[in-house]
Amino acid sequence: MTDLLTNNRTDATGSVHTDAPRLSVHNLNVGFTRGGEFHEVVRGVSFDLHGGQCIAIVGESGSGKSVTARSIVGLTGRNATVDSSRISLDGEDLTSVGAKRWREIRGRRIGFILQDALVSLDPLRPVGKEIEEALKLHGWGDRASRKRKVIELLDSVGVPLPALRARQRPDELSGGLRQRALIASALALDPEIIVADEPTTALDVTVQAQVLSLLTDTKRRGVSIILISHDLSVVAHLADHILVMKGGVVVESGSAQQVLTAPEHEYTKSLIGAVPGEHTRGRRLGPQLDIVATAHPARFAEEFADYTGPVLEAKNLVKRFRSPDGSLSTAVNDVSFELEQGTTLGIVGESGSGKSTTARIALALTDADEGSVTLLGREWSSIRESSRRSLRKRISVVYQDPLSSFDPRWNTERILLDAVTDEEPRSTAEKKTRVRELIRQVGLTDDILPRFPLQLSGGQRQRVAIARALAPSPSVIVLDEAVSALDVSIQAQILDLLVELQKQIGLSYLFISHDLGVISHISDRVLVMKDGAVVERGTADDVFNRPQHPYTQQLVSSLPTLD
Amino acid sequence: MTLTSSNKPVADAATTAAADAQASAARRASRNRLLARRIGEKLVGAVIVLWGAATAAFLAQAALPGDRATVILNTRAGQAIQRTPEELAQINEQYGLLNPLVVQYFDYIRALLTGNLGMSYQQYRPVATIILEQIGPTLVLTLTAIGLSWLIMVVWIILTAGRGPKLSSFGAIVDTTTAGLPHYWLAILLLLVFSLSLGWFPVISGSSPAGLLLPALTLAIPLAGFMSQATRTEFENSLEQPFVLTARMRGMSDLGVRLHHVLRHSVLPAVTLSGWALGATISGAVVVETVFSRAGIGRVLVTAVSTQDLPIVTGVVVLIAALYVVANLIVDLVYVLIDPRLKNS
Amino acid sequence: MTLQQKVPVTPPAARSRKKSVVPWGLGTALAALLFFVVALIAPQVLATHDPYALDLANSLQPPSLAHWFGTDESGRDLYSRVIWGTRESLLIGIGATAASLTIALILGSLAALAGKYVAGTVNRVIEVLFAFPTLLLALLLVAVIGPSAFSQVFAVGVGTSPGYARMIRGQILTAKNSGYVEAATALGHSRGRILRSHIIPNAIRPLVAIIALSVGQSIVWASSLAFLGLGVAPPSPEWGALLDAGRLYITQAPWLTVIPGLVIVALAIAATTLGKHIQASLEKGEK
Repeated sequence: MTDLLTNNRTDATGSVHTDAPRLSVHNLNVGFTRGGEFHEVVRGVSFDLHGGQCIAIVGESGSGKSVTARSIVGLTGRNATVDSSRISLDGEDLTSVGAKRWREIRGRRIGFILQDALVSLDPLRPVGKEIEEALKLHGWGDRASRKRKVIELLDSVGVPLPALRARQRPDELSGGLRQRALIASALALDPEIIVADEPTTALDVTVQAQVLSLLTDTKRRGVSIILISHDLSVVAHLADHILVMKGGVVVESGSAQQVLTAPEHEYTKSLIGAVPGEHTRGRRLGPQLDIVATAHPARFAEEFADYTGPVLEAKNLVKRFRSPDGSLSTAVNDVSFELEQGTTLGIVGESGSGKSTTARIALALTDADEGSVTLLGREWSSIRESSRRSLRKRISVVYQDPLSSFDPRWNTERILLDAVTDEEPRSTAEKKTRVRELIRQVGLTDDILPRFPLQLSGGQRQRVAIARALAPSPSVIVLDEAVSALDVSIQAQILDLLVELQKQIGLSYLFISHDLGVISHISDRVLVMKDGAVVERGTADDVFNRPQHPYTQQLVSSLPTLD
Repeated sequence: MTLTSSNKPVADAATTAAADAQASAARRASRNRLLARRIGEKLVGAVIVLWGAATAAFLAQAALPGDRATVILNTRAGQAIQRTPEELAQINEQYGLLNPLVVQYFDYIRALLTGNLGMSYQQYRPVATIILEQIGPTLVLTLTAIGLSWLIMVVWIILTAGRGPKLSSFGAIVDTTTAGLPHYWLAILLLLVFSLSLGWFPVISGSSPAGLLLPALTLAIPLAGFMSQATRTEFENSLEQPFVLTARMRGMSDLGVRLHHVLRHSVLPAVTLSGWALGATISGAVVVETVFSRAGIGRVLVTAVSTQDLPIVTGVVVLIAALYVVANLIVDLVYVLIDPRLKNS
Repeated sequence: MTLQQKVPVTPPAARSRKKSVVPWGLGTALAALLFFVVALIAPQVLATHDPYALDLANSLQPPSLAHWFGTDESGRDLYSRVIWGTRESLLIGIGATAASLTIALILGSLAALAGKYVAGTVNRVIEVLFAFPTLLLALLLVAVIGPSAFSQVFAVGVGTSPGYARMIRGQILTAKNSGYVEAATALGHSRGRILRSHIIPNAIRPLVAIIALSVGQSIVWASSLAFLGLGVAPPSPEWGALLDAGRLYITQAPWLTVIPGLVIVALAIAATTLGKHIQASLEKGEK
């Protein structure tokens, strides 16, 4: 174990720091006053950052990692109280500097990168203007030389045609280019430290790989990096040192190699264990589940007892959308698939690949322009909505954002009662019993029933959404990015729950996600989509271990791993 | 491509550039198509609003209770008496009142298209002439008022929005209060304080520039409150956006961020309101011109309404609808200038 | 590695609730509204004088202990007149709101729920009506039907309806395109059931706030008409009529216009504050 407070220590690369640290944070405490109450969100955080070193702070939402990062540049916000024994930058004590000095430090000494440039750069201005603003604020050169510098900067972060790109707004650039532009604006004045707060969150996996390699280059040039992330695998290859935070305190701190391969704290172990991937398929991501299975209603067995074919089958689906200028674009192009009983079909693709439209067509919420879908061997996409209604009980859906899919006026009990089928004369008491069964089936307790969706945590909401999907006793559940907005440990619980439910009641899942790790963990078979078309299909094993299509190969190689 | 330090083979670079140029040409073409379509839709919408306003105005005239010829004669004479059939026949002839309603309607629309708004019942002069004489001072008043309201709103928002719960809710209360102030009351208060007590401004404004400030303020203060309500929410939302944090992180001051980034993001609702406000302030001018004894279209309108001189009332209605249409086309243009993303969405 | 001691840390507070209007504001507003309701039901309880009793010896007296709001040109007690005028003024406001929201509900629901062509046409109608400023539309109607209490109710009702029609259309469309309606469709619920259990209740909810806002605004618009001499005629103590009558004495007796105006402003602000508060608490969700 290395003592963070001494300068003599070994980092992951094996070099010994004998120099004074560039940035030294000692015993940082941050709290917020809200509604007259004081809440402490960061307690006793300490670390030293040396030249050319990368420290990663990893934690889930509410762990205090972002607040820690913001304290370093004095921007914790209006209601914050920051108390620290020491924050020093090259020997200068930052705990007592005034607003003007802070402005000189920000941008010039410490650069900051936030997540997705689509919202982190002013969306109304060309990216060149944003980069130039950094130069202008610090009195760098005259107008003409700043313009030249902007183009040089864009070029240096690997933006092709920099003169053209400088004149475009973030929404006119691709995800990779605009994130590079954001990084260029942080690097504009050659700061010695870069703080990157979730720099790849919300980016497609291929873009994420580009950004990480750009940060690696930056580090190699001697810039120190503080990397904030919820994702251990993102920091694995960049960080020399990792701090794991939970509930405002650092629970584990050590060299990257040590934290990732020999974690000591239970929480770190559970975090590492919770990361889904190819290697975790077929095993639990978290501890044993405490769920109570209920017998599958007999009705389903009677009606479809003899049916053994694919539960959901799509043939040559095509969907075109009219863009605002009147031209047609093809969102889904000749997509076919079969979902076998009791299995999971994963559809993976980046944003704009048409995977969500495919899901909506499978649910018959969007009509396809061509092609057809059958559900349990019956016509599904081609019939009228009124004839579809009775069959809708056989297919359910869980969305990424369950909050908007709940009527805000209803509490959990009402939401679930509404979903319990009432085709047989069922008394309210019987329905209420069924709701309680459902709640236990997804690992919740009865005390959740009177609560409104807004009062539930993200994980609880997603469980309620799953309970609602289970209510009509469906054969198929379509999960559209159903775990994408969740913290990794909650995601692990939900994935475990889904696998358990599948085992117990033989559900089939159509699982849509942009996350290759999740897809490879849960799927039996996989479709890879790009620009509306299926580029590769096969068993999860084949697709992830022996990808054939160049695009799949690129996806798989972009996927950050822990090892 | 010459600007990049890329050491890819030249042929490769050339292909990329060509592909890029092709893609951007396609984007431009698509954008032009979109623009043409948009402009087309806007113009159709504008024509429909104008036609609807004209129709409503016609229906209002047709719905006037009682025999219209009698009403016209009585309005002209300012007394209500029984008219002889000869008198009525002459008026019916002049205004084409015996024609079927549909014929009257088409005559009315045809006249409108040539700029003919009809004849005043009372003043016995073309409505268009009367309106043209009086519209100048009213337009000066309303445009000054809208300008003033923007000034008040921007300063007020920059000073109070997003500055902690106390100042923000104080600001919001002031917004709500001023937005609800009736013009007549505010006008009287300003008149009492600044003209009668302090004697800073003339009591009777006429059409003098010195007399412009109080009437304009009367219209501007509630409008500023109204726009602030919409802007405050947007402003406080924008302050929470990541790009604001990014700007602060590169060393920008709080005031700098408010002026250079946040303000632009938060004024769109106020821009929309301004288009609508042009018509609203013209009708507000009805009250203000009466209180301050100012010349303008408002006073003409009040007199016309109380004497039921409908051609003038409907003439003003059509005119304000036209101004509304023009203002909204301008608003659409300003919109794209402020938020260029709207061009291709 | 320094192992920090594990300290229970208070979880970060949920997003701070923003209150646009502080509670004391709401308290004052409710007290004011209560006062007006008493004046509406039982004016004799609050009034100090006979609102019509002439006292020419005491004409145009400024506010004093004997006459809280002063007296008018015939020596009538302005405070008592304001109290007795509350009923008619409030009823005009409530009537106009009822008319306005009825029109707005019909137009708004048609524009959001009817078939493509009907909805499109109704939408255009709303847009055309919206091009007319409230006061102008009201003036046009008064010009046709002549000034009276009824024409005030009708003119203000019609005049304020396009804005509310747009709002209601927006509410219904938001509910119609919401995630919970799609979720209900996916559950196989019928269109009628979804309309009954989701769309209508969610679209109607904000109406409570709109009613409060609208009563205040309607009284302001009605008084504007009256101020221009196009409403209830003096010597009625209706507030707009008081304004109209007081206008002649603005230099000698400014309280005759300032005080009734202040009462109208107070009512409008109290109603708006209440409306905004309801709106804010609805937006915050069920609590």
